[in-house]
Amino acid sequence: MKDIFRKRRMWRAPTRLKDSYDAVVIGGGSHGLATAYYLAEHHGMTDVCVLEKSYIGSGASGRNTTIIRSNYRTPEGARFYKRSVELYEQLSQELDFNLMFSQIGHLTLAHSDRAMITMAERAEVNQLFGIESRLIYPDDVKDLCPEIDVSSDVTWPILGALYHEPGGIIRHDAVVWAYARAADRLGAEIHQNTEVTGIGVSNGRVTGVQTNRGSIECDTVVNCTAGWSTTLADMVSVDLPIWTSILQAFVTEPVKPFLDVVIVSSQMHVYLSQTDRGEFLIGAEVEPYSTYSNRGTLPFLESSARHVLELFPQLSGCKVLRQWTGICDMSPDYSPIMGMTEVEGFLVDCGWGTYGFKAAPIVGVTLAELVATRKTPDLIEPFKLERFYADRPVSELAAAAVSH
Amino acid sequence: MTFQVPCPNCGPRPVEEFTTTGEVRERPVESPSRRDLSHYIYFRRNARGVQTEWWYHRFGCELWFLADRDTHDNRVLETRLPTSSRGEW
Repeated sequence: MKDIFRKRRMWRAPTRLKDSYDAVVIGGGSHGLATAYYLAEHHGMTDVCVLEKSYIGSGASGRNTTIIRSNYRTPEGARFYKRSVELYEQLSQELDFNLMFSQIGHLTLAHSDRAMITMAERAEVNQLFGIESRLIYPDDVKDLCPEIDVSSDVTWPILGALYHEPGGIIRHDAVVWAYARAADRLGAEIHQNTEVTGIGVSNGRVTGVQTNRGSIECDTVVNCTAGWSTTLADMVSVDLPIWTSILQAFVTEPVKPFLDVVIVSSQMHVYLSQTDRGEFLIGAEVEPYSTYSNRGTLPFLESSARHVLELFPQLSGCKVLRQWTGICDMSPDYSPIMGMTEVEGFLVDCGWGTYGFKAAPIVGVTLAELVATRKTPDLIEPFKLERFYADRPVSELAAAAVSH
Repeated sequence: MTFQVPCPNCGPRPVEEFTTTGEVRERPVESPSRRDLSHYIYFRRNARGVQTEWWYHRFGCELWFLADRDTHDNRVLETRLPTSSRGEW
């Protein structure tokens, strides 16, 4: 009984960096921490450190809209994210941490004939890979979500939707903390407030990392820094097809629960869900210019609120609690960029744009395998950086971008 | 207010009136290799700081122009018309 009053650290706070590590992961978000965890759990590599310039989960992992789904358009994407959702389903058990994964279902609304065709294509691809996903019509939408406005006298009437049952929402901070605690228990070190200032390269190989707290020798560096990927890649002169922009979101004050499904409308550039606290969590698309400035904008708030009210007019009196931004690393084809680069030992995990959080577990598994075995796992073979030099993008625009 | 972009014709206007196609890239030489052409098409410097970009006053005078903008704080330092002599075509 007295145990519940005992203060325990979930992970150690090492006071100094060691002189060398087998592998260094830059970025203490869900991707970096998952990679450190699976390196230890699956491959026995525990001499690993995670460097985070702020506090863990301070970037995109703690700013996303917590949506998990696998209803992607391309075969490469669908099978990859499917594995991620399966891992998420087991993750609370595996990490002994309540992640509050609620598979409430996910609706992608279609407001045009063209969108209906795209949804039908996605349903076909999904079903081929055994992903529960199907096209439904306004009556079914109304059944699943009685509060939504499916009338025809609105700007964009709902013609149908892609219904993805395993989709849902999760407690995103808990994912970060659970991976951090598990990785730490297995021996990986987590260094917060540790900013990488340089990466040593000699004869085309990584030799070490310089930080604001000292230098480290290592032959493997994994770049899991999302929106800052380019600034890290610049240190080793690796070019990336990335542009950085901000994605914004906001929450309303908590209201009585009435929405138990995730709603996405690409036409209206919004996605929303009701959190366990009762807040409406609403996200949008990236700003159309590149920026590293984490400053929210009023036009975003206005347009998102307007569109949400078209779907849910009953929210018109609801107050906005807060608004925030996250920095996104946009790739040209809306698919991630993972794997080796021309600098040996410098691995990238970037191009995650607006869809990185839902992939965290499978990213950790595949990156850990890549680091430990030096062989690219099948699942991430299509996502190599080299595909852009060969002009072979994996276009996920239809299913990954809100805008299209 | 997000930020303003000074259009060479119309003066400072809200950014929502404009579209941008991103940073100015050096075009490859004639008959480039696939690698060079792909590099031009896909890869970006993605500077965290001042970069020169193409902007278009879409809901205004419909002028294409160049802008030096700091991506760190979105400040637009200078806008100008493109000149081929500066290698910016």
